Amino acid sequence: MNTSAFSRVPAVVKEQYGSRTAERLEEIWKTEAGVGGWLSTVDHKKIGLRYLVTSFLFLVLGGVEALIMRIQLAGPDMQVLSPERYNQLFTMHGMTMIFLYALPVLSGFSNYLWPLLLGSRDMAFPRLNAFSYWVYLFSGIFLYASFFVGHTPDAGWFNYVPYAGRAYDPGLGIDIYALGMVFFGVSTTAGAINFVVTFMRTKAPGMSINRVPIIIWGTLTASVGNLFAVPAVSLAFFLLWMDRQFGTQFYQPHGGGHPLLWQHLFWFFGHPWVYAIVLPAMGIVSDGLPVFCRRPLVGYTVVALSTVLTMFIGFGVWVHHMFATGLPPISLSFFSAASMVIVIPSAVAVFAWIATIFTGRPVFKTPFYFFAGFVFLFTLGGVSGFMTAAVPLDWQLTDTYFIVAHLHYVLLGINVFPVVGGLYFWFPKFTGRLMDERLGKWNFWVMFVGFNLAFFPMHISGLLGMPRRIYTYPSGLGWEWPNLITSIGAFLFAIGVLLLVVNVVVSLKRGRVAGPNPWDAPSLEWLTPSPPPSFNFVTIPNVATRHPLWEERLDEGPERSKLHEGMLLDQGRETIGTSTLDSEPEAILKMPGDSYVPLLCSLAITWMTWAALMHWWHSLELSSVLLLLVTAVWLWPRTELGQTAEVPHG
Amino acid sequence: MRPWHAAWLVLWPGWARAATPMSYLQTFGPAGDPVTRLNWGLMLISIAVCVIIAALVLMGILRRRPPLVADAEGRLPVEKPAGGIRWIYIGVGISTVVLLACAVWTAFTLSAVASPANKTPIEVEIDGHQWWWGATYTGAVPSEEFVTANEVHIPVGQPVRFKLVSTDVIHSFWVPQLGGKTDVIPGQTNYTWLQADRPGVYRGQCGEYCGAQHAHMALYVVAEPQEQFTTWKTAQLAAANESTAPGAAVFQARCSVCHTVRGTQAHGALGPDLTHLMSRSTIAAGLLPNNAGGLSGWILNPQALKPGTRMPPVGLQPEELHDVVAYLQTLK
Repeated sequence: MNTSAFSRVPAVVKEQYGSRTAERLEEIWKTEAGVGGWLSTVDHKKIGLRYLVTSFLFLVLGGVEALIMRIQLAGPDMQVLSPERYNQLFTMHGMTMIFLYALPVLSGFSNYLWPLLLGSRDMAFPRLNAFSYWVYLFSGIFLYASFFVGHTPDAGWFNYVPYAGRAYDPGLGIDIYALGMVFFGVSTTAGAINFVVTFMRTKAPGMSINRVPIIIWGTLTASVGNLFAVPAVSLAFFLLWMDRQFGTQFYQPHGGGHPLLWQHLFWFFGHPWVYAIVLPAMGIVSDGLPVFCRRPLVGYTVVALSTVLTMFIGFGVWVHHMFATGLPPISLSFFSAASMVIVIPSAVAVFAWIATIFTGRPVFKTPFYFFAGFVFLFTLGGVSGFMTAAVPLDWQLTDTYFIVAHLHYVLLGINVFPVVGGLYFWFPKFTGRLMDERLGKWNFWVMFVGFNLAFFPMHISGLLGMPRRIYTYPSGLGWEWPNLITSIGAFLFAIGVLLLVVNVVVSLKRGRVAGPNPWDAPSLEWLTPSPPPSFNFVTIPNVATRHPLWEERLDEGPERSKLHEGMLLDQGRETIGTSTLDSEPEAILKMPGDSYVPLLCSLAITWMTWAALMHWWHSLELSSVLLLLVTAVWLWPRTELGQTAEVPHG
Repeated sequence: MRPWHAAWLVLWPGWARAATPMSYLQTFGPAGDPVTRLNWGLMLISIAVCVIIAALVLMGILRRRPPLVADAEGRLPVEKPAGGIRWIYIGVGISTVVLLACAVWTAFTLSAVASPANKTPIEVEIDGHQWWWGATYTGAVPSEEFVTANEVHIPVGQPVRFKLVSTDVIHSFWVPQLGGKTDVIPGQTNYTWLQADRPGVYRGQCGEYCGAQHAHMALYVVAEPQEQFTTWKTAQLAAANESTAPGAAVFQARCSVCHTVRGTQAHGALGPDLTHLMSRSTIAAGLLPNNAGGLSGWILNPQALKPGTRMPPVGLQPEELHDVVAYLQTLK
């Protein structure tokens, strides 16, 4: 066989969902029922939902940890928890929320939505997509195994050396954290590569980069950022593990190392990561809010550019986590200025959202509540960040509850609120049913009031000088009242989360049937039935504007998208490959089918990580060989993907 | 006193100040005051921003509009009214000007507190330990040097330089009502300075997570007039007298591995120097009052009061405990 067998110009046809063609496509793309299909599927929608469910379970776990801590801190000198247990809980809470919840939940939305938003049939690398999910799941379980082996990390998610070194923190806890993070980094990196290539290669014909939804910009920016940031933290944790297990001295002051090396490596990753876990969420709002304001987003171009700019500047601000470490004033001034400048692109987004609300005509559905509430929380989290950017003031604020307040306004305000709003928004697409509106509004108000009741008083306790990461505090310092209110608010917020769970469970069974486009939204995912079939689109749509489903009414120009007529790609799993900037069709992409290989690969890496943790060197060798073998199977050229075809000579 | 100071004193009554000894909303010296002004300034700007944004969002939501009427297919209208982009130009323009002004103010504040206005005759070395503070007063000659713990005396109205070192993990030296934090990092010597313009006792606490008892790592800075400070210093320089009390022998046998009492055979360096223990108001880094009850409870079962502390239960008989506490109370 040579490549000419793969050279064809696809027929352009008009086809509907439910046609014979659609049935044939379903046969080609469907995942087999049963356990086998469940373990081998590469369907981005199934993987996306898994990401969402798994990360939500981690959110609940981290939330329970937080509630236990809030009982301990509700009053002075409480003895609910021993200091060891408290320190383990705040470490696991931070690690869970920041790594196992915040990014994976956004990967869930992006995995589910990207191919639908882009008018494609799957992510660029479907097996890699399954692989990054399995690695995420197993690394999460690995990190949580620490609770069961009796060695739980307790040096904080930031894990500063030398405290995290073996001399001060013996036991397996920190090693589990270190190896678990290197392991988890594989998932993030694989996922990031997949998003970048998917963006470059699989946008529908005509969907040039100025026509993609903002969430695409958000996830793309986060992914590119992660490709540069994650290596720093993987290295940091690997060096730490070497220090702990083999006596290297990277962080040991008496061996010529330096504890601040850890902080630089960690925050060089840590700060871009903050943007990685908020930019896609901001994208959710930038795309969702306009639907409920019945107008396009104000300032699409500047919002997209400011998204990218935020990440770019975000690589120049890591030292603002280290203002008190004794660095010279000149470098502090640079990082202080950068930390203030980064407010500007955020201001662009805030005013774009406000202008969208102001010049639009709001429809008061639950997602709108979450998105509009988010704008306020975003602002509050932003200004407290701006205060900490001022170096000398940060010397007071840093490591107090003021920072705890700030980071929760950022991470819950800018991640959780858009995520819950996004869930209300896309739930009908995921399941075919709408969530209950009345319960939804209760859900919003309980969460919003609970959130502010819990986290606003933390600003006060911080200004009254309460340090972070203390397992108890004495009376007489003025910290009793703000802490009691915070604890009450935390439980109220938890009730809000519970209402969300109730609403999901009830709506799954009894929600109103949604139809393809219940919100009358403009982007391509609403073109498909709810839930979408395995192949997403019968024919590949042709996109001519930024709002394909609104273009008749908006009349932004003479061009019209072709949504029900397009290339028929039905000779096996296929989608169209297009050019990066203008999305000109270039090639038919042969897509791989379901496979156990990603799962086996992930299991092999899990085994390797565990063997390294336990110093089972022979086991490590065996598992490495297994990984090599499985990778060889993965990469083995396949005829049906055109990988064995020969290019004709001459 | 500047006018804003007066306003603040009215807003923040005396009882509230007394009830919040760690609050840096008011500071009492030149290392903290410019920062406190910056804090109030940026905080008021931040509150104003939040109020304005909240008002704009609410006005945007609640403003009167013609009702939305669905079309024949049940769809609500969509339109693209012009003019939205002006919001971004104006909003970002104003934000940028305010940010620049704040950045300049920050730079001036940074240089104002970077170093004291005049020379610092006094230097104190602070050693961070899990979980207490050692303090070494250096002098021109070794005989002017002495060591104490968890309570640092300084003269009022004079800048004091602090040399910060750690031999275990990272801590952060912080006395909020006098100035901001500086980390205490093993393998690196940091410096900071403080000055108290009013006599008083200023509470501080470790600012960087340092392990199990990070919560119980307080220190006190006692600012007093020069004469009192000199008296205190002279007293601290003196060695303790050899004692024939029964508690002294017990102390020598059971406590001297870790603790020093200058003038005796006790030379341990793992725990705080106890030469003038009774000159301090608290023990165990601010955890307990320094009296017979506090001392007895602490020696009897330190792990129950401060789980994880490096102080082991010594296992003294009741009689021995009584004697040791009696002896300690002679270390004035």
